[in-house]
Amino acid sequence: MSDRLDIIKTCKLFIGGKSPRSESGRTIPLSDSGGRVLARIAHASRKDARDAVDAASAALGAWRDSTAYLRGQVLYRWSEMLQSRRGELVETLQATTSMRVAAARKEVDASIDRVVTMAGWCDKLDQLLGCRNPVAGPYHNHTLARARGVVAVFAPSSPALLGLVTLTAAALVPGNTLVVSVPTEAALGAVLLSEMLAVSDVPPGAVNILTGPREELLEPLGGHGAVHLVLGSGLAKGERTTLRHAAADSILRPVICLDLDEAGFHDDAQAASPWLLEGLVDFKTIWHPAAI
Amino acid sequence: MPTPVDAVMLQQRAAQLGRRSIKTTSKAAALQMAVSMLDLTTLEGADTPGQVRALCARAKAPCPRDLGIDVPPVAAACVYPRLVPAAVEALEGSPVRIASVATAFPSGQSSLDLRLKETQAAVGAGAHEIDMVISRGLFLSGRQRDVVDEIRMVRAAAGDAHLKVILETGELETADNIRRGADCVLEAVASESDLGHGEVFLKTSTGKVSPAATPSSVLILLEAARAHYRSTGIRLGVKPAGGIRRSKQALHLLVMVRETLGPHWLTPALFRIGASSLLDDLVRQLIKLRSGRYASLDEVGIT
Repeated sequence: MSDRLDIIKTCKLFIGGKSPRSESGRTIPLSDSGGRVLARIAHASRKDARDAVDAASAALGAWRDSTAYLRGQVLYRWSEMLQSRRGELVETLQATTSMRVAAARKEVDASIDRVVTMAGWCDKLDQLLGCRNPVAGPYHNHTLARARGVVAVFAPSSPALLGLVTLTAAALVPGNTLVVSVPTEAALGAVLLSEMLAVSDVPPGAVNILTGPREELLEPLGGHGAVHLVLGSGLAKGERTTLRHAAADSILRPVICLDLDEAGFHDDAQAASPWLLEGLVDFKTIWHPAAI
Repeated sequence: MPTPVDAVMLQQRAAQLGRRSIKTTSKAAALQMAVSMLDLTTLEGADTPGQVRALCARAKAPCPRDLGIDVPPVAAACVYPRLVPAAVEALEGSPVRIASVATAFPSGQSSLDLRLKETQAAVGAGAHEIDMVISRGLFLSGRQRDVVDEIRMVRAAAGDAHLKVILETGELETADNIRRGADCVLEAVASESDLGHGEVFLKTSTGKVSPAATPSSVLILLEAARAHYRSTGIRLGVKPAGGIRRSKQALHLLVMVRETLGPHWLTPALFRIGASSLLDDLVRQLIKLRSGRYASLDEVGIT
């Protein structure tokens, strides 16, 4: 037996590019299948959610108005970082989900590839979803696919890493900023992601990560006036109902539930489809004189 | 003999007062009170009469009517002297007072003659309150007697208008200096036998220098006002300004006033908060208390 002390990581939240503890001071021990404590996860509260939405709102301008080309580069850089920490991600996934090595490797690789795919979509989405509308007059009329705004993301507990990465990267593509609620089981991977995002070129506040049980975050995030879209996966029926009730006071705040199983998340045709991304954009139609 | 300030204990005391938890009905009352004490401010080079009119409309009715929340008007609208006429027109018949900065705001680096003329012009145009800056250059070069004399002269030039004296605490650097600056104001008004409560205010900052109204600098001013009250029985006003953007900061200030000067001071006549975007956050918090959901900034404001 080693005579070194165990160094148990105390994981923080990720809000506005910083890593604060939960305002509530709560943590949840996360154990491996053998019952050994791996880390302490911050248990995010309603007020953390509020702070995260403020941070996401503040970051919206910078991320939404960056060029699609730049967003693609930034996401690609994120995939490079994932690649260089691949071993650590596999280890984490194995420890927290009792997956076999081969399965964990497969999921990590799929996650990295998913970010590359999403990076590629950044400067292609507008051509696909936008259009030039015929009008009776000397004008151009364009419909553009723009960011919706602040997106509240509820990541699934399984597949822990791939689910989180897919939803996060997809929502970032059109220039949205995010508040991501990650269930305790998937939290350790999320903390690694946040450490990478903190040093990537994603503006501080563009991705905010709240860890811990999501039940007390459903209402404050779903009903927050500054949230423009709710995107969830792996939500129970009751949770969907709560979210839809909370979001119902504004037609500008739809709730999208992505019902994919494990195989579905691994399938690019479903989980990296432009028709998935279509739900995450806002269409803006502009007129422009054809000639002066 | 200047009053020494224990800077470490001061910071500790100011931080400790910020840890009070104010909830539910008390919170709602405190938020409303903070709105009623607000000097809604716009001091930009790009200010136009149109913007001032919009600010004044907001000052009179801080919350959109359809939200159905009872929010009082703010205490005053604070503008540059050239825009006082626009504010006078927009605020006619309302309880909102008009404050104007003067004396070569924000630096004060202009001749005394010009600064006095500017003060008279602002009052002549209809300002009820004058926010003057002290000459930090004079103060920091040790000519505090001259600072006292200047405050007296500006006070005379302002006539019946109330005077708020901006120390620009961020430029005075030490806690002792801030207290000394406050003492200059105390000394300048000490000779006035008929000074009324709240006719003269101690104000922290212009909002153009960082740090601005830090909790500890506000506490020094509150303690100076307390010292003046104990020796003369006259209540000076206090106005923190600059960098106050969140409701929590505003509630912290109210707690400091209550604990340092007592409940009598919790009135717009004696305590003001100079801010612009703070109003949005106060209204947001009131919406949250009423409806249970967080509002977006788009719903509440224009500032």
